Amino acid sequence: MNPNILEELRGILGPHGLISSSEELRTYECDGLTNFRVIPSAVVLPDSTEQVQAVVRVCHRERIPFVARGSGTGLSGGALPVAGGIVICLARMKRILEVDLANARVVVEPGVINLEVTGRVASANFFYAPDPSSQSVCSIGGNVAENSGGAHCLKYGFTTTHVLGLDVVLPDGSLVHLGSKTLDAPGYDLAGVFVGSEGTLGIATKIILRIVKRPECVRTLLAAFHSTNEAGAAVSGIIATGMLPAAIEMMDNLAIQAAEAAVHANYPNCGGLLLVELDGPVAEVDALMAHVDEICRQNGAWEIRVAQSEAERALVWKGRKAAFAAMGRISPNYIVQDGVIPRTSLPQILNEIKELSAETGLRVANVFHAGDGNLHPLVLYDRRVPGQEKAAERLSERILELCIEKGGSITGEHGVGEEKKHMMSKMFAEPDLDTMQRVRCAFDPLQLSNPTKVFPRTRLCGDKPGEYVPHPLETAGIAERY
Amino acid sequence: MAERFRPASRTEADGIGEVLRAIVGPEHVRLATEVDAVAGVVPLVVVEPADERQTASVLRCANQAGLAVIPCGGGTKLDWGNPSRQADVVLSVRRLNQVIEHAWADLTVTVEAGCTVAQLQRTLAQHGQRLAVDPLWPERATIGGILATNDSGTLRLGYGALRDLIIGVTLALADGTIASSGGKVVKNVAGYDLPKLATGSLGTLGVITRAVFRLHPLPRNTRTLTIAVGDADAMQRVILSILGEQLAPAAVQARDGNVDILLEGTLDGIAAQESVIKKFGEVREGSPAVWKAREDLWPSSGAGPIVKFTTLPSRISAAAAPLSRFVIQATGIGYARFDGDVQELRAAMERDGGSLMILGATKLDAWGSPGDSLPLMRAVKEQFDPKGTLNPGRFVGGI
Ligand SMILES: Cc1cc2nc3c(=O)[nH]c(=O)nc-3n(C[C@H](O)[C@H](O)[C@H](O)COP(=O)(O)OP(=O)(O)OC[C@H]3O[C@@H](n4cnc5c(N)ncnc54)[C@H](O)[C@@H]3O)c2cc1C
Repeated sequence: MNPNILEELRGILGPHGLISSSEELRTYECDGLTNFRVIPSAVVLPDSTEQVQAVVRVCHRERIPFVARGSGTGLSGGALPVAGGIVICLARMKRILEVDLANARVVVEPGVINLEVTGRVASANFFYAPDPSSQSVCSIGGNVAENSGGAHCLKYGFTTTHVLGLDVVLPDGSLVHLGSKTLDAPGYDLAGVFVGSEGTLGIATKIILRIVKRPECVRTLLAAFHSTNEAGAAVSGIIATGMLPAAIEMMDNLAIQAAEAAVHANYPNCGGLLLVELDGPVAEVDALMAHVDEICRQNGAWEIRVAQSEAERALVWKGRKAAFAAMGRISPNYIVQDGVIPRTSLPQILNEIKELSAETGLRVANVFHAGDGNLHPLVLYDRRVPGQEKAAERLSERILELCIEKGGSITGEHGVGEEKKHMMSKMFAEPDLDTMQRVRCAFDPLQLSNPTKVFPRTRLCGDKPGEYVPHPLETAGIAERY
Repeated sequence: MAERFRPASRTEADGIGEVLRAIVGPEHVRLATEVDAVAGVVPLVVVEPADERQTASVLRCANQAGLAVIPCGGGTKLDWGNPSRQADVVLSVRRLNQVIEHAWADLTVTVEAGCTVAQLQRTLAQHGQRLAVDPLWPERATIGGILATNDSGTLRLGYGALRDLIIGVTLALADGTIASSGGKVVKNVAGYDLPKLATGSLGTLGVITRAVFRLHPLPRNTRTLTIAVGDADAMQRVILSILGEQLAPAAVQARDGNVDILLEGTLDGIAAQESVIKKFGEVREGSPAVWKAREDLWPSSGAGPIVKFTTLPSRISAAAAPLSRFVIQATGIGYARFDGDVQELRAAMERDGGSLMILGATKLDAWGSPGDSLPLMRAVKEQFDPKGTLNPGRFVGGI
């Protein structure tokens, strides 16, 4: 990078806010998806919105691409640096700026760790609902960019439901306020559009969150089935009775073994494990829990446990939350996928995954948010065996194709990032992607903010868009899709 | 009455009519009359396409010809927003009224924009489900209309707003592009969240042709409780007390010296919650009709416009102080008929971090200021509808 620009950046950030030595830059070469690596030209560590603005203005003037980074735990390569670009790491902006319990709002900087929000308000019986398994390390800024989910989003909604407003540094360095502490601010719901935009629309420097009153009680039930099919039938039964559990999670035998090896959660060794959590007023939960118990038994559950203490409950969840990392215990390498299917297709896709696994000889462990059809197939492989990595990549891609065929999605919470952008054209028609990119052009006409991510191709943004020329498929009436 | 850019002539209307008739069939185009006026502006023609593709073709034609299009559903809130700068074609999606797929086992529905809310709810109820919203005038209001005007209703407290329930949308853009985003599954982060962009955009970015929603089961039991409150402070206290407990009310609203609470769920759960709520005042069984209290603001001959305002829950009593006829939801969204100085009221709400929107045409700007994000909103409009074909001038800041 041009030394003058480095000097300018150092002037903005002070001596400790700039990283430019190649050794230190390595720390930032990838996120949680480690098979993609790019060394950035520089990393900046701003500690204020003004510093972010000043850095982005330099980038804008010099046409340098930049990539925001929170804790770097993303699983789709969202925070992967762009060659020749700058990484803007928000980890130092980690103040909780305001706690307003009367209105159930908390205002934070983007580097605040997810779990710290709950930590700050727990004594007043509030919690921050979105709970990705990585919540003890991932940042709110990263959560916002990915629209992160978690087990309890079945009932409480994803990050987007809990973000009311944002301060965003746009790719030209200007600052805008989107949304507000009150609901339904006048104008387009640009806060709603920003959440989940994976760092491609600018940098969030302040976030207004909604917190939730803790339910009066929480009960967690663990049910062991002979197979995931039986467990899946129980999930359908539970949903059909008209209740909305706080969480329904499922693990198959391979995932159970890995979790056991890693954290000794004391799970029964079974073909399909279901974890059902209900919360709410005690009387309500007790009445419904009896139903859940009955439905599980009817569908073949041979062991049912209800966590009797907060400690037992925590242990049950620890096993589930550790499931990804636990794969390291049973396989040297693995790929995590994040496809979504309509929940009713679960038995079918599990059988198909089993067949693919048999065909390729690669083991696949399955962990899912069963209530909302979000699969996390973990494809296990050994990089040292020639050809296995490619085969594993191909297999996980094939699983995503199956998700699309069933009317689902290629990602439920991890984002498209670098990893899955080529899959976007399989899920969406050209006009769909083109229309999304109109938003991109409004926010970032020069395509400086995390360019090259999410979309398979970038749309050119003129200063004034010309008359749109419809795609031939569209004119022919073919490219209308759902 | 707003000024027209171009004087409409009968021959001009005939010319447009002919082109549109070729697209949608002669029986689905008619010349407009005074009764079709939208916020005081009389359009040239009213056209009712049969499907998504025809909708897109109508738009493309109008766009090329420089005609302004007013998308329209049930027409219940057609006068919300500012008067159109120009209005040539009223595009009614009335015929796009099918429930395309109720995937009840997956708790989702795909529905066309012209389907009325009530019709959708009746279809969903066959499988014991609902879209958990209670907007105004459900028998006439359409899905497209409630989305465009962002009218969720009182259930928002318990189930979230339309923005939280919509999971997919298809838009016909001014240039004739048909574009879908989101999908059919409740969890999905692939691509930008255009369903949220469309929600509340008042038809200024595209015509919503269909939407996909996540659904909820119909409640096993419901009970409405009402507590009489003496003054605004007591009202505020009761609302905050209820929110402060570990309860799960589906809706809470204040009106005319009363606070209403909607409980849903098992009988045991409802009874237990009721016993907690009793601490806050004398509770009596309320009528389910109270949840339509918002609608009662309209037909009365009361003076002054109806406004929607937003405030923080802790500022509800302050917001209510200058109002006499109002309904305020515990989320901080309120509706009132107000015959005082609306500008002054808006300024007060904005000072408090809230906003005020006028529902219906007046001489004043309907929206108030979106602050420093207005240029960005204009840029979005410019990308979606560069010629200003859709509802020109009706949205914030003259968008
Ligand atoms: C073991 C493990 C378990 C996980 N479990 C879950 C899970 O259950 N659910 C789930 O949803 N995810 C999960 N993840 C994925 C990941 O933790 C989330 O995507 C998380 O939100 C990323 O946060 P981060 O701070 O690490 O962001 P990063 O990885 O640093 O960045 C993610 C994206 O956000 C952008 N970004 C970061 N900060 C900002 C900002 N301030 N403004 C604009 N853009 C910004 C980046 O450019 C990038 O595109 C898991 C990851 C791991 C490693």
